[in-house]
Amino acid sequence: MERTWCKSAPAAEVLVKGGRVVDPEAGVDAVQDILISKGKVADSGKGLKPGKGTTVVDAGGMLVLPGFVDLHTHLRTPGREDEEDIASGSAAAAAGGYVAVFGMANTDPVVDTATVLRGLAETARADAVIPVGFFAAVTRGLAGEQLTEMGELGAAGAVAFSDDGRPLATAALIRRALQYVKVSGRFVAVHAQDDSLFKGGQMHEGPVSARLGLTGIPSLCESLDVSRTLDIAEYEDAAVHVCHVSTAASLAAIERAKSAGVKVTAEVTPHHLTLNDEAIAALDPNLKMNPPLRAESDRKALVAALKSGLVDCVATDHAPHASEEKDVPFEEAPFGTIGLDTAFAVLYEELVKVKAIDLATLVTRMSTAPARLAGLRPPSLAKGAVADLCVIDTKAPWTVTSETLQSRSSNSAWLGRRFETRVRLTVAAGRVAWQDLA
Amino acid sequence: MPKRDLISIDDLSRADVELLLDTAESFLPVLERDIKKVPTLRGRTIVNLFWEASTRTSSSFDLAAKRLSADTLSLKASGSAVEKGETLKDTAITLSAYSPDIIVMRHPSAGACQTLSANTEASVINAGDGKHQHPTQCLLDLFSMRQNLGRDLDGLKVFIIGDILHSRVARSDIMGFQMLGMEVTLVGPPTLMPRGIEEMGVKVEYDLANLKDADVIYLLRIQKERIKAGANFLPSLREYSQLWGVSQVRLRPGQRVMHPGPINRGVEIASDIADDDENLIAHQVFSGLAVRMAILYRTIVGYSDGAASGEVL
Repeated sequence: MERTWCKSAPAAEVLVKGGRVVDPEAGVDAVQDILISKGKVADSGKGLKPGKGTTVVDAGGMLVLPGFVDLHTHLRTPGREDEEDIASGSAAAAAGGYVAVFGMANTDPVVDTATVLRGLAETARADAVIPVGFFAAVTRGLAGEQLTEMGELGAAGAVAFSDDGRPLATAALIRRALQYVKVSGRFVAVHAQDDSLFKGGQMHEGPVSARLGLTGIPSLCESLDVSRTLDIAEYEDAAVHVCHVSTAASLAAIERAKSAGVKVTAEVTPHHLTLNDEAIAALDPNLKMNPPLRAESDRKALVAALKSGLVDCVATDHAPHASEEKDVPFEEAPFGTIGLDTAFAVLYEELVKVKAIDLATLVTRMSTAPARLAGLRPPSLAKGAVADLCVIDTKAPWTVTSETLQSRSSNSAWLGRRFETRVRLTVAAGRVAWQDLA
Repeated sequence: MPKRDLISIDDLSRADVELLLDTAESFLPVLERDIKKVPTLRGRTIVNLFWEASTRTSSSFDLAAKRLSADTLSLKASGSAVEKGETLKDTAITLSAYSPDIIVMRHPSAGACQTLSANTEASVINAGDGKHQHPTQCLLDLFSMRQNLGRDLDGLKVFIIGDILHSRVARSDIMGFQMLGMEVTLVGPPTLMPRGIEEMGVKVEYDLANLKDADVIYLLRIQKERIKAGANFLPSLREYSQLWGVSQVRLRPGQRVMHPGPINRGVEIASDIADDDENLIAHQVFSGLAVRMAILYRTIVGYSDGAASGEVL
């Protein structure tokens, strides 16, 4: 079953020399060379020699990791190609070390028919520099009324189903979606949000919103809907994935469900793992997202859940917006930050360097875990595997600007921020997708 | 000198606040003369940009600028390019072509002052942005307190009563009152009390049982929208008035009542208080002029003592 598409390119012939190879799946954490030939990992070990025509990458002091997979990207195509298209979005992903990403269905038109999905697959086959796949909507036009043809959409390659951006508003709709999705063999990914509690919300409700006078989005707004959805999933014995979990209360609901044997998985974003609501004080519209940046206690709970595996994977919720949409007063700005270019740099510097989480765990949550959820073969550095890897320099300063971002949009929560972690090489599906070699 | 904005009360130090209040005091004699004008800001340009209805704030900023001999330009959303869909960024760029020294703005959205400031060389003064801040109101409140209750406000107990959730005045006042050493208690319906507001160091109460402890009673306007069907902030204005409205019988001698205006007689404030000379409400309006003159003056000449208030005149 083909669920990702990308343009063709010559098979990689690369020797990555002397990097620290971290492949948790294979239990490897050692300085090794990796030889990629005909797009596959041909050999690994010490003192490997390049063949004729092989590019040699000196990875001394750098990390060599299985490439990352993003289950939650907004590629804005079709409809808002001025914000992102498949070429620019996949380039941003490649520059962030990703080897596969999945676009959400809230485009214009919505991905709610096999025709739209096949059109996107065609575009990806022409433009995508790494494999790109797509979610299909749960309801037609994301209107929350009529289910999409999940059977046909699943057969056409939809990775899963989501009305992301909007919640499934009623218990009856959640129930029907979780029942019917079984025809596709895939799952439903939910944007959990009780709209009656969300109304007019601008940021997390708490002391900071009280001080700033911005309408709060209570943590209850998310956790109530998570609890209800998981109760329904349990009743229907259906698989459900919770998008961008942001609160400790939602984590508690997921923990209860997991221990009761409910087939639930969950993702968390780099911004919710590393920023809290105090960051809103300067009213920078790039820090306005939904779900909002939460309290520090929520952030800490998310980090602990990522570490323990209660949250299965990292997902960016990469949400490009045109500058004219974000260059407005905070209260008038749309929600969303981009995240593909910076995800690993943010998490490595904010979590791994300070020992909040170890590198192998982060790699698992960014690579193999989301790959399995998507039904992809997990990226591996084992001999014979298709080359899906990235080489990361952790001592290469760069600043996040509209020029250094590969995304077409620059509404990054980290705009202006200096990082030392930079992706030097990404090989996706056996093809060189990104190189930034010194 | 880099430009200096006044967006939130916490843009100011205690020394800045005291300097502004002293400067305002030094302007009082000007306001008592027959010719109420000084040449201090001659040749300077001040733009008043009011995207929301305002009487007190817009008129006092306009008059304050004229008293200081600045050239003023006043724009409202209705009848301007905003109605044609111009963004705030483009309005800022357009107005900046006239090289104004200061842009005073009221806007319905929090964050508007930051957007404006990022797109103009002019100093931005916040005349109210959404539910966020109204720093010049806070400064004039402090000035009225100092003029009527003595220069040392330290230890004074202030009760702010009403719709705290939707009040930019309350947020600025909490910060400013605390900065000068006052103790702040918030009173109002639980539905209109922002969750987590205690972390600003205030006491929160839902009834007037402890009103006797207040030296100053600061009433906030109750908007009619709060009783709209479906909003469910308040069941009725009648019940608000019964539970939180303040009338003479609830006061003890010596307590002073303040209100940012416009008042709702019979809702948050009874007529017997509104018509009583002891309240500071009219004085607050008067203070608005002197304080806004001081803010315009300090924004242009600087907050250092080098520009001593004596030189103003």
